[in-house]
Amino acid sequence: MNAPLETVEITLTVNGEKVKRTVPARLNLADFLRIELELTGTHVGCEHGVCGACTVRVDGEIVRSCLMFAAQADGCAVDTVEGLSDSREIEELQSAFVLTNALQCGFCTPGILMAAQALLRDRPNPSREEIREYLSGNYCRCTGYQAIVDAIEAVAKARAGRSK
Amino acid sequence: MKAPRFAYARPASVAEALALLDKHKDDARVLAGGQSLVPMLNFRVASPKVLVDINRLSALSGIKVTKSHVRIGALTRHAELERSVDIAKHLPLVAAAMPHVAHPAVRNRGTFGGSCALADPAAELPACALALGATFVVAGKKGERRIAAGDFFKGLYATALKTGELLVAAEFPLPKPGYASAFGELARRHGDYAMVGVAAHGSAKGGKLSDLRVAFFGVGDRPQLAAHFSRALEGEPATAQSVDAALAKLDADLAPRADLYSTAATKLHLAKVLAGRVLKQLLT
Repeated sequence: MNAPLETVEITLTVNGEKVKRTVPARLNLADFLRIELELTGTHVGCEHGVCGACTVRVDGEIVRSCLMFAAQADGCAVDTVEGLSDSREIEELQSAFVLTNALQCGFCTPGILMAAQALLRDRPNPSREEIREYLSGNYCRCTGYQAIVDAIEAVAKARAGRSK
Repeated sequence: MKAPRFAYARPASVAEALALLDKHKDDARVLAGGQSLVPMLNFRVASPKVLVDINRLSALSGIKVTKSHVRIGALTRHAELERSVDIAKHLPLVAAAMPHVAHPAVRNRGTFGGSCALADPAAELPACALALGATFVVAGKKGERRIAAGDFFKGLYATALKTGELLVAAEFPLPKPGYASAFGELARRHGDYAMVGVAAHGSAKGGKLSDLRVAFFGVGDRPQLAAHFSRALEGEPATAQSVDAALAKLDADLAPRADLYSTAATKLHLAKVLAGRVLKQLLT
């Protein structure tokens, strides 16, 4: 690709399925997922990378999908909260969130689940302080975070117990 | 808001990227990690006609250690610096700064070169480059040129990069034996922009500080070396009195401006508090 284009053809894998589309260059990945693919679990809050509600995985790493253009995801593997939910990868986290009442309006929850899963992959046994630090990029305006930290801590402990 | 319309190009080589930048001149912007540029587009603070996406240029990525320096490619992600064994070993100052750079999802995407080329006055990496005496490597149509960190940062979001040029790497000299470094930052929330930050590097042999380079950020329009402060400590055994006398010299080095959250006096006070803390770190 050399000449700059306002419309770009992309092929990518979303939640394990191959997707081919022609998109405007200015379309961000969050809007592509929500509008074009109707995967509305990825939420759009601030649209400038502060709130974390749009967190998805691109090639295995969490990113802000509002700070990436769909055109840049060409050839990438994208996982959204729907994919992680359907594959049951975040089943324990989801149950723990329900059990500890870690969500009220639920707007931030998909992004927090994506971040929490990435944290537990990199640091299977985080302290409460580490959980808070890792989630500092995800805003929740309802819960005061206590119950969210409780839920993630509970899952970390349960997983650690099983691996002994 | 959403980004304005633009045309997107994804060059397959550095030469192609340079040709695009040369052709479109000031109408083009380089898209690296996009963690600052995309918000600027969404806020319509920037509205380039062409975005040159350099994310697939693997030649610009990676950390290399030679006999004399550590070379960090411009496209190296913050997360790579954070995890790098070479950075932890050879550039502990950069390693110490990384957890303060935004949040994990941003560090996965944001790049070393993007942070330096943007030159946000509250950013950590430009201050580290200045404290460690790094040299930036810049490519243009006519070839490469090298710019010392002290000459690279020109002001608020301003660097020595010229139209059509691309930052390709920075070279950090390997620290000399007996040299230590320390990093400190105060932010309202972990990962937010610094209210005040400091990156310090120098010799700390036998309880005496010398050859100190102390770069403050978040207190001016660019990272700033505190020359009076360092001179006051040069060769002195670090005592409570000598440290206090040196901290008072920061009045001459820094002239912070008030921002939304703090007065100039608060910022200067916080700079002194942080400077005291990093001196303690350097000496232990």
